[in-house]
Amino acid sequence: MDGVRILPAGEQGLVVEFGSAIDPAINSRVHLLSKTLTQKNLAGILEVVPTYRSLLIYFDPLVISRRALSDEVLRLAAGLSADAPGKTKARLISIPVCYGGEFGPDLKFVAQYNHLSEEEVIQIHSSVPYLVYMLGFTPGFPYLGGMSERIATPRLEKPRTKIPAGSVGIAGSQTGFYPIESPGGWRLIGRTPVKAFDPASPQPFLFAAGDYLQFTPITLAEYESISRDVAAGKYMPQIRDFNFNAGGEVKQ
Amino acid sequence: MIATLQPGLLTTVQDEGRWGYQAYGMPVAGAMDRYAYRVANLLVGNKPGAAGLEMTLRGGTFRFEAEALVAICGADMGAELNGQPVAAWSSFQAPPGSVLSFGFAAAGCRTYIAVRGGIDVPLVLGSRSTYIRGGVGGLNGRALKAGDVLPVGGETAAPARPQRLDPRFIPQYGGAANGAIELRVLLGPQDDCFTAQGLATLFGSTYTISPDADRMGYRLDGPVIEHSGKPDIVSDALCQGAIQVPGHGMPIIMMADRQTTGGYTKIGTVIGPDLTKLAQAKPGDNVVFKKCSDEEAVEALRRERQIYAEIAQSLNPAAAKEYPEYSPAAPPLAARLEIARRVFTVKVNGEIFHVEIEEER
Repeated sequence: MDGVRILPAGEQGLVVEFGSAIDPAINSRVHLLSKTLTQKNLAGILEVVPTYRSLLIYFDPLVISRRALSDEVLRLAAGLSADAPGKTKARLISIPVCYGGEFGPDLKFVAQYNHLSEEEVIQIHSSVPYLVYMLGFTPGFPYLGGMSERIATPRLEKPRTKIPAGSVGIAGSQTGFYPIESPGGWRLIGRTPVKAFDPASPQPFLFAAGDYLQFTPITLAEYESISRDVAAGKYMPQIRDFNFNAGGEVKQ
Repeated sequence: MIATLQPGLLTTVQDEGRWGYQAYGMPVAGAMDRYAYRVANLLVGNKPGAAGLEMTLRGGTFRFEAEALVAICGADMGAELNGQPVAAWSSFQAPPGSVLSFGFAAAGCRTYIAVRGGIDVPLVLGSRSTYIRGGVGGLNGRALKAGDVLPVGGETAAPARPQRLDPRFIPQYGGAANGAIELRVLLGPQDDCFTAQGLATLFGSTYTISPDADRMGYRLDGPVIEHSGKPDIVSDALCQGAIQVPGHGMPIIMMADRQTTGGYTKIGTVIGPDLTKLAQAKPGDNVVFKKCSDEEAVEALRRERQIYAEIAQSLNPAAAKEYPEYSPAAPPLAARLEIARRVFTVKVNGEIFHVEIEEER
């Protein structure tokens, strides 16, 4: 199949590369192959790690040879291209965010930098679904795509040493939020009470690569109420199905 | 119960690692030197994957509240039981109230303590390994502190008695005094981002382990490795042993606590069986890289697994069948993938959630 490269990553790693760009169509093929492989549960495949434009497959070469695995992967990848575009359903997960105030110390700067009001920044930030291209950096950290250039803002020159869990930020034309407390240089515009990573929960990760997230503005009172539900294990995130085409354009 | 009197420099609970969740950004962690860790478990008759303690450079002091069969493998830290020397790569009976103490690592860097039954901290996402940066696993997600008490579990597979490992299975650790450590490398995935000169530099030079070497990665100092183009790529997954080369041209070898993804070119990968040697290397030690073929790397893996079988056989021929194979969590991992999927369907507080997931997966 055109454009698919199979590369080695150690004796137990095989990389399937669909391209070299950050692109929703390429990324959707990564996730389709990842799901197909997980469903097939082939003997010898230990773990699959989808990223922006490639998939790392950990395998046991004493159970399945690199050659046999490559052949199988190329066969499956060729099958994907036939029916991928337009037919894929994704999950859209609503992430409630309390914008501004002490939770969003940089909201004012983001607004000024882009010659917008704070309300406009919030409106733009919360108006579209963002594709979770991949997770990385820390457990549950989403690399999101699709933020409007109208609110793009450069990173802090000096990163903060401690950013509270749940902080929602902007870095250049990227947006995302910190699932656990960590250092970071993103401009913080709000905070979500939702836990993207909770090792004690039977559902430790709120979303997976290939899902879409949409931020929903909430008040401080709602933030506190949801926080209590989260702490009590009662919070239920809003999740709906929606269709997208492989060009990345969203149809709800 | 095991009481921690002194924790040592960096002592953590580790097992085979938290496989199955890298897609969610969760690093694998696990024992840095899988060989010493696994042999210690074999010496006390534990199941593969039972949790032990990993000590770094300087060991701790522990008191056994109940009698225990204990094994020590890895770097020689001059272990003493109630003041009497005990050999590394051996198992011994620790009476109730006995104190096991360690000093500095003479050769090597990391020492593993296995206790018959394993260290019984809670399983987090299928593993007891400590991932300190994320505060996950082990004892409260952190390194041991004085006063910590560790429960002992029941993860045993075979009968065991105090004995010494046959010397032919004991590795000699390299280091400054013993010359450079040779690491075999499989090229890729981004070897095409380097010039022929860059590749020649990697395989023709001696590199020194910098002080910046920890469970996450080993930064090396030496000649600059030349890129053919940009040193940055669109982030992709990082496997264990991956040799990242950022713009400065110095290699970084990714170890147990590596982040799951990275944006630097990876010239090659140190093969799994050789990572155990690197895990025992200290800052200041020298390493050289040797190019190897996929066939050679797979053969080295096969040989490593054979050695576990031979060790099980030498320790207790009657029980060797309890250790069918030390494959890297092959059956357990498939099971964990299953759990990863099932987790979504047994969601307790989100019915809509799991219905959708069943459709998806």
